[in-house]
Amino acid sequence: MKMSLAKEPVNIIITGVGGQGNVLASRVLAGMLVSAGYFVTIGETFGMSQRGGSVMSHLRISSKSALSPQIPQGKADIIIALEPVEALRVLVRYGNPAVAVLSNSRVVYPIGVITGDFVYPSLDEIESALEKLTAHSWLIDATDAAVELGNPVLGNIVMIGALANTAMLPFDRHSFEREITKDMSADKRKLNLVAFDAGAKMI
Amino acid sequence: MSKLLSPAKTEVLFMGNEAIARGALEAGLSVATGYPGTPSSEVIETLAAVAKERKLYVEWSTNEKVALEVAAAASFAGLRSMCVMKQNGVNVASDFLLHLTASGTRGGIVLVTCEDPGALSSVNEGESRYFARMLEIPLLEPANFQEAKDLTKWAFELSEKIRNVVILRSVTRMSHASGNVICGKLPDKSRIARFVYDGLITDPLRGPVISTPVVAKHTLQQKKLEKAQKVFEDSPYNSYSGPKHPELLIITSSVCYLYSREAISMLGLQKRVGILKLDCTWPLPTKLLKKYLRLTDKIMIVEEVLPFLEENVKIVAVGMLKEIGIKIFYGKMDGTLPSVGELNPDLVVYALGKIMKVKYKSLTESYTKEIKKIARLIPERELTFCPGCPHRASFWSINNALQLDGRGGFVCGDIGCYAMAALFPAIGFNTVCTLHSMGSGTGLASGFAKLSAFGLDKPILAVCGDSTFYHAVIPALINAQHNRADITFIVLDNAGTAMTGFQPHPGLAVSAMGESVPDVDIAEICSAIGAKVVISDPFDLEGTSKILTSFLAESGSLKVLILRQICALSPEKKGKKKYLMQVKEELCLGENCGCNRLCTRIFRCPALTWDRIKKKAAVDEVICAGCGVCYSICPQKAIMRTEAEAAG
Repeated sequence: MKMSLAKEPVNIIITGVGGQGNVLASRVLAGMLVSAGYFVTIGETFGMSQRGGSVMSHLRISSKSALSPQIPQGKADIIIALEPVEALRVLVRYGNPAVAVLSNSRVVYPIGVITGDFVYPSLDEIESALEKLTAHSWLIDATDAAVELGNPVLGNIVMIGALANTAMLPFDRHSFEREITKDMSADKRKLNLVAFDAGAKMI
Repeated sequence: MSKLLSPAKTEVLFMGNEAIARGALEAGLSVATGYPGTPSSEVIETLAAVAKERKLYVEWSTNEKVALEVAAAASFAGLRSMCVMKQNGVNVASDFLLHLTASGTRGGIVLVTCEDPGALSSVNEGESRYFARMLEIPLLEPANFQEAKDLTKWAFELSEKIRNVVILRSVTRMSHASGNVICGKLPDKSRIARFVYDGLITDPLRGPVISTPVVAKHTLQQKKLEKAQKVFEDSPYNSYSGPKHPELLIITSSVCYLYSREAISMLGLQKRVGILKLDCTWPLPTKLLKKYLRLTDKIMIVEEVLPFLEENVKIVAVGMLKEIGIKIFYGKMDGTLPSVGELNPDLVVYALGKIMKVKYKSLTESYTKEIKKIARLIPERELTFCPGCPHRASFWSINNALQLDGRGGFVCGDIGCYAMAALFPAIGFNTVCTLHSMGSGTGLASGFAKLSAFGLDKPILAVCGDSTFYHAVIPALINAQHNRADITFIVLDNAGTAMTGFQPHPGLAVSAMGESVPDVDIAEICSAIGAKVVISDPFDLEGTSKILTSFLAESGSLKVLILRQICALSPEKKGKKKYLMQVKEELCLGENCGCNRLCTRIFRCPALTWDRIKKKAAVDEVICAGCGVCYSICPQKAIMRTEAEAAG
């Protein structure tokens, strides 16, 4: 399926906290879009930055060429956040009035918030911030859905399923199934498809 | 089938490091070596995964110098080999590299260095480009993902053509970024190793491989460099794009090419600014430079960290001043671009806009105002040890023992995840106060211990990880023992090179290629040099603190404590909880306890949270790794643990 891109390029940022499956989500999404015939450039960092810190993958989809692996400020089209405050962190740097945000509502408290040095914003504050800074936003409890499926780590795939149903990007359940067939065992595939469907239902 | 072995002409998404690995395979690589280090590790990892299928020999060596020596032996025997490391690894390998480039090589050999401008996962912004100039070695820098593959293959051909080692330099934003790559053909045949050494000492191809007679070999080495320069003049990897008569010429390399291209397009300067992209950055192709320097009198150099390209282009320009005329240079030296940290498209847009007097139209004022308001709501997210990390428990016990001792003892840190105890002092309970290169903690401790004669009479401790131990600690430890340095040396043994992704090291009975090999035991090495050695489980806080307390009380010699507990992220542990943890609310006294919220203010495990409404500690089960350590820290015994299996 080769659908046309909404714009050239489409800039996507997947964000979250180290250990939430950010990298896997970006790989799966990128894999589907490469199979659909696009140039995909992913920018990310691994290593120390992942240890409990904020993580980001930049995905740039183009029908023309490879691009800078870092998206310029204010140039994100879609932000997918596995943690709500991380959605805001990316939004204030890369957001613009046309941006769309799909965020998990499950909070992972920073250490500084647990110790009482910082304050975590309330859900109302987060919702109102999303309202003010985006053209579209969705806040879903992907972790909860994943916990119900037996493993909170599936939260990233729940988010990919939800993303599919927003119809912002040229991929669907078939392309997802084809992509995970490449390197997942049959058991894992089944579980991932269930997570994908659970996410799709949430939009 | 591994993606790395995709058939020719297929288009795949490769990480920069995978593209480098594929390029080496297409070049007919036989031997690959390296030492893990972000952002370089995936090159060796991906090659190790296809080693059997492609008849390669792949190893994780104990350090970068040894890795280069192992790779060089293959080159001497006519095979193609590659050695991979991060930027500061080149420093470690540099002594051998100096002699290697003097003796010359035979089969194609490429030193791949993946560097980390901005130190995203490093404690330095080291630069190996200067090694290329200092040691007179050709330097190549791919500027996109396809080139990461193609240029690697080309590097082997160049190395074999000039019979010397070639350096290929990548950066984090190339190595860890991904993009589309069209695969080339994988060779069907592998080479046979044959080492000839019965020729004359002056015959670099048939005689013994040595760097003497020095002056003769040095002359030969410089001729090789001249040959490389000639090849660079016509290389398709150096290219110009832009108008015939640009107002400004950008000269750039590596990922900075992608930033520059984006900046030009963001500012709409396609008709006014041209880009000369150089993949061959040492020695510089001077004729090619002459051709493009003539186009305009304004030159901007876009590069990361030190002004290597800028210095060298300026030297070339001065040499041909009569032909090209006087130029105005913009770069790091005049402050147009920052002289530290990594670049990005925004920084290039800002600099380019200033030179060309073009303003970049960004967001409206009202949106920017809203952003500023919302930014104030966002709490900082500091790095910390993972839930279930053995290091948190180890530093907890170290701190307890030091507090109990009361003489103000301190810890010299080292490189690994546990370096975070130095980078963010609260994580290490303010015990660690030095952090330098691999193995330096032990060397520094050895030195501090000798300062008691000058009035610095405090207990001195050093920590190091298991992989670091083999890499560079052993000489420092022997130094400490031989010179009677009174130190407590602690090995934080988490059974793998954890920070970079669990690569095996000599302490494990498995090789990079998954074969069973002898494991070299840290405790036995320490015992063999005559140190007192005790092994403990860091999760046993009481037992570990007791050993440390007794070590601190015992003066006059080297004492070794090995704290063994597998990393919480290791494949054998990940996702498996030993204990189910719970806070018994009726026992937790909250702020009234008098413990100053030991669990949620001091211990700093992301899974131990604070319920703001109930004003009591709580466990976030989604995050908790079930290590059970927090059970031992609560003075009220309010944190309960149940064996996960018993709980079903």
